[in-house]
Amino acid sequence: MNPELAGRVLPPRGPYLVGREKVREFSRAVFATDPLSLEPGAARAAGYADVVAAPTFAIVIQQSCLDALLAEPDTGIDLARVLHGEQRFHYARPVVAGDLLTARLTVTTVRALAGNTMLTAETRIDDERGAEVATATSVLVVQAGDDAGEAAR
Amino acid sequence: MTPEFDTLRPGDVVAEREFPLTRESLVRYAGASGDFNPIHYRDDVAARMGLPGVLAQGMLTMGLAVQPVVDWAGDPARIVDYGVRFTRPVVVDPEAGALVAVTATVGALDPESRVARIDLAVTCAGSRVLGKAQAFVRLP
Repeated sequence: MNPELAGRVLPPRGPYLVGREKVREFSRAVFATDPLSLEPGAARAAGYADVVAAPTFAIVIQQSCLDALLAEPDTGIDLARVLHGEQRFHYARPVVAGDLLTARLTVTTVRALAGNTMLTAETRIDDERGAEVATATSVLVVQAGDDAGEAAR
Repeated sequence: MTPEFDTLRPGDVVAEREFPLTRESLVRYAGASGDFNPIHYRDDVAARMGLPGVLAQGMLTMGLAVQPVVDWAGDPARIVDYGVRFTRPVVVDPEAGALVAVTATVGALDPESRVARIDLAVTCAGSRVLGKAQAFVRLP
């Protein structure tokens, strides 16, 4: 892996318009049963503008940022060796259908561990007024292989 | 009914739920999330990659594991932070599927912020599949 990836900041991605049906579809896919994530009427009655996304919904946005990172021409990363090691979401407020979000990914660290390389990417997700909504942090593990030396070059 | 912060004690089990996964669950999550990696729905590709079978998306396991906590808290917005490590894959058999079990326990309490750390034990076939799975929940 290219060690100079540490500190790289990708251009902001978006705007991503959070659709009501996407929130409902994602909620059903993660077995959510909370009416706030499924029924607009229940969400409005609780004071939200529309359905409230499940706590891991922001991965949809984070994934597109990670894909953009891995598509950079100089990563030196063999995609076949990439595993998702850790994931974290920190929310300043929940994602709600109708939000218009932008995302900016920063590679915070690149370090070697037990022959593998761990890349930590932190994506700050803001709403259209520039206020923080969430930060998604992913640790990607790039596994060492027999030809790891080749892959690194 | 939203739980009251002051009634909680470390070690309290606040929620438990089992999730039967099938191949359909994986395809549904692929469509909802946009993760179309074929190791999550094609046996031939999983075998070629040297995997023990078609695997559930780690993010599907992470996504469902917090749902018992959401239901307990009464609002997804009460989850202010949630993180996991992906420690073991969930192999989903084409016929038998897989059963993921979640037990949510109070791990720590911060009286100043009224945030409870809820620790999730997430297992499949007797093995933990997520490590350090912690949801931080702000309560009244």
